[in-house]
Amino acid sequence: MSEPVVILRDVHKSFGPLHVLNGVSFAVAPGTVTAIIGRSGSGKSTALRCIDRLERIDAGEIVVCGHLVSDTGLALRKLRLDVGMVFQSYNLFPHLTVLQNITLAPRMVKRLGRAEAEELAERVLGQVGLADKAHAWPEQLSGGQQQRAAIARSLAMEPKVMLFDEVTSALDPELTGEVLRVIEDLARRGMTMVMVTHEMGFARRVADQIVFMHEGRAWEIGPPDILAAPATPDLRQFVGSVL
Amino acid sequence: MGITLDFGAVLARWPMLLDGAWMTLELAAVATLLGFAIGVVCAVGRRGAVHWVARICGVYIELVRNTPFLVQIFLVYFGLSSLGLSLPAVTVAIAALCINVGAYSAEIVRAGLDSVARGQVEAGETLGLSRLQVYRYVIFPPAVERVWPALTSQFVLLMLASSVCSQISAEELTAAANFIQSDTYRAFETYIIVAVMYVVLSLLLRAAFWALGQVLFVRRRCLGTAI
Amino acid sequence: MGGHFTFSHLEFLGRGALWTVLLSALGFLGGGVLAFLVALCRISGARIVRVGSGVIVQLVQGTPLLVILFLSYFGLPAIGVPVPPLLAAGASLTLYIGVYLGETWRAAIEAVPRAQWEAAECLALSRVQRMFRVILPQAVHIATPPTVGFMVQIIKSTSLASAIGFVELARSGQIINNSLLEPFPIFVLIAATYFAICYPLSRLSRRLEARSGFAPVEGGAP
Repeated sequence: MSEPVVILRDVHKSFGPLHVLNGVSFAVAPGTVTAIIGRSGSGKSTALRCIDRLERIDAGEIVVCGHLVSDTGLALRKLRLDVGMVFQSYNLFPHLTVLQNITLAPRMVKRLGRAEAEELAERVLGQVGLADKAHAWPEQLSGGQQQRAAIARSLAMEPKVMLFDEVTSALDPELTGEVLRVIEDLARRGMTMVMVTHEMGFARRVADQIVFMHEGRAWEIGPPDILAAPATPDLRQFVGSVL
Repeated sequence: MGITLDFGAVLARWPMLLDGAWMTLELAAVATLLGFAIGVVCAVGRRGAVHWVARICGVYIELVRNTPFLVQIFLVYFGLSSLGLSLPAVTVAIAALCINVGAYSAEIVRAGLDSVARGQVEAGETLGLSRLQVYRYVIFPPAVERVWPALTSQFVLLMLASSVCSQISAEELTAAANFIQSDTYRAFETYIIVAVMYVVLSLLLRAAFWALGQVLFVRRRCLGTAI
Repeated sequence: MGGHFTFSHLEFLGRGALWTVLLSALGFLGGGVLAFLVALCRISGARIVRVGSGVIVQLVQGTPLLVILFLSYFGLPAIGVPVPPLLAAGASLTLYIGVYLGETWRAAIEAVPRAQWEAAECLALSRVQRMFRVILPQAVHIATPPTVGFMVQIIKSTSLASAIGFVELARSGQIINNSLLEPFPIFVLIAATYFAICYPLSRLSRRLEARSGFAPVEGGAP
């Protein structure tokens, strides 16, 4: 079996007196989709954010694409070239057009020329179905379109693994479909993905691995079947409450 | 008994008035640019992790905001001359104006920087942008756009404050007014005309800032909405 | 060296500081009355009152306080209206403060949610009753932090009265300097005195602002 792309080993993280992560351990194989599910407060988003060093862990180990994330001497830029992140609130830059949003990092970080970057941007925009919105401003787009643009922005940096933090939670129900379709398409193309999500149906269909987080730990890990046949009462209760 | 007004005698001195107005604009323009630069440096310093820098910026801002500009300009004037420097009044005026507007700008710019959501910064960071690049491309542009009205007001106030520089003999518009009224004995007409000139200058300055805003903020030009 | 800084100098400065405080109080009282009128005019139902007061506000806000002071102290006597320094300073400050504070208070009144006006109307209160019993109390609450902050501006602006010979704190410093000839330390002392008066007010204003959450339009008149 090939080396996992993301490894979390006994990760602990506290915010003041609040112990959010209590020894989280799981691994993500290359080319697979891992869905992290659980109640609010279970530490799902925190665990995801720790992977890209948006939060620093207190104990344990995280290795991503060979980078030791917990190392304080880590070259952040190198890590972030390999990891792409999409947020719940899209976080598109309002003062830049969609095209400029996407070409910013390739030009500034990878030092691509302007024409090259724009060509790349148009390609990823086509991939998410927003080819005609290149010169639109973020506020002119619907929530679903903005989120797809945000995905395109991360894709343009050609990461090895993509993280999705509840990317459909802020969307109106009728707009989640277009975003989930893009994510499913990415999965089919072989992108390694870790997604925190409430979309159980989607997780069951698309994920290769489900991580159920409970009380700050990866409580139950397994293929999507565990949703139909949970091993622990906590997961059974959780599945019962959401489906 | 009737009051006879003679605006003609004052208006005959229009070259001097124009020179004064021009000097006022010069003082305002230079102090605006340098003061804004100081303000940006202080605002970034206040938000930074280096504690003593943040402290010093904070003390500077509080000192300027709680003392009158008249006293500040005297301090700069006498301070510089006690160091043995004999600088022209214009230079002293600009220095004092910069120190003053720098502190106010710092607070305005800081409010702008703070208004950029954390999520924006995180998005920039996760894309691989360096700290400096995040400031330059993600934080600054929307921050400045958001506080542009406040900055405009501040710099108009700066232009009006330049009238105080007449007290150290800088030859701006108020100094011109003082000279003309003592020469023509038409104090009322002189100060009325000069007041009107200042109002016109304020409107011109506001228009200039609006136009500059339209040039700098492409999104606002295209969409017409506030960021 | 012109001499030594004696207790009588300190006393002289103290009197100057007292005049600064007195002038500020005068300005705040007179300006407050004018501000109230300005605010009401600016939200008046009659268009001509609204626009007219708006024009006056623009004219005063576009003129430096120093020019207004010179206009009242030198200008009026030149056309036959005698004006003693205290009256010139008081009137100029009243006009200047009244207009700026009036705009702040107008913003506070307009910040009272529309729903409050409608609720008061539904209770069949007359326009005057609506104003005084429902809207203004809330506007006062909103206006308090920026008004306290503006008091700092008032105190600082009284320093310009020195330009027309009024012996407040800044002028006291200038006079003492004429005999001692040590301008820098003297003006540091003057600045420190202003700071001692203004800083507590600034902090109070910020604390009130934090509690009420209403941030005034930023910007300082020197």
